[in-house]
Amino acid sequence: MQFDSISAFFDMGGYAFYVWLSYGVSLGVLLILFLSSKADHNKIKQQISQRQQRENKLREAAKQQQAQANEHHTLNNPQHTSDETNEALS
Amino acid sequence: MWKWLHPYANPEVSYHLTGRLLPWFSYLTAIFLFVGIVWALVFAPADYQQGDSFRIFYLHVPAASLSMGIYVGMAIAALCSLVWQFKLADASAAAMAPVGAVFTFIALLTGAAWGKPMWGTWWVWDARLTSELILLFLYLGVIALHNAFEDKALAGKAAGILTIVGVINIPIIKYSVEWWNTLHQGSTVSQLGKPSMSIEMLWPFIVCLIGFALLVTTIICIRFRTEILARNSMRPWVKELITPPEGQ
Repeated sequence: MQFDSISAFFDMGGYAFYVWLSYGVSLGVLLILFLSSKADHNKIKQQISQRQQRENKLREAAKQQQAQANEHHTLNNPQHTSDETNEALS
Repeated sequence: MWKWLHPYANPEVSYHLTGRLLPWFSYLTAIFLFVGIVWALVFAPADYQQGDSFRIFYLHVPAASLSMGIYVGMAIAALCSLVWQFKLADASAAAMAPVGAVFTFIALLTGAAWGKPMWGTWWVWDARLTSELILLFLYLGVIALHNAFEDKALAGKAAGILTIVGVINIPIIKYSVEWWNTLHQGSTVSQLGKPSMSIEMLWPFIVCLIGFALLVTTIICIRFRTEILARNSMRPWVKELITPPEGQ
């Protein structure tokens, strides 16, 4: 232990301002860098997940549309469908 | 001979490997930095001439050497990317640039805060300080180029060329104190064989240096993984890794 008391420690032999400025700003900047790096990582994961959700939704919508189109098709050509159904049944 | 290295060029393998290593780096960083900084601030002796202002040394020198070390690492990655079209190298170079910039800033700031009480001035335009300032600008330029293009491969190429041209600055920083008359003192630590520093000062310095190097490794790993995800977001393995919450 190089210091006799807590106040001597904070005084840093009269260089308190310079020493604590160095340590304070350095640790602060490094902490910001560390946290923002972690935040960036989470953000990109979230972005990818959001895009996936959007793609899934679009795929679902396309499927539904396809199904509706098929239904429409069936209503307009009942003969055709019944043929198909018969085929499937047979 | 180099075949064992090949799997690591695969982004998926690299992503999982760095993911497994990351907790170890984090714990070691916390231990080394805590021990090193407490040792430097509380237990290391004061300098007989500089008094307690010498404690800035334990931040200043590791930050300055790492700012140069990261640059060399970034230049090697840029070279690998330009010569062998090695895509992951771009991701690692992009991950290193902001970390290097922060360490350069810390080296300049702690240098100024040490220079004021010792030299009587925050800043002088001498060789060592000016070349370190140029290093900061090089880092900022590399970061800007990485973000300037939508196409990451093109951005990597542009930033890589700047990085490699800028390597010329590294020996200039290193030898500036020998080539020119400067206010900055010569190297204290790296004189192998004839240590010009007392052992009670050398040990906390070594612990701090290892601690900061581990911190650099940890942060670069985190950023590297982010870059991999950003560059491979359309790949099936990434999609499988990040499955959106069910029922949405």
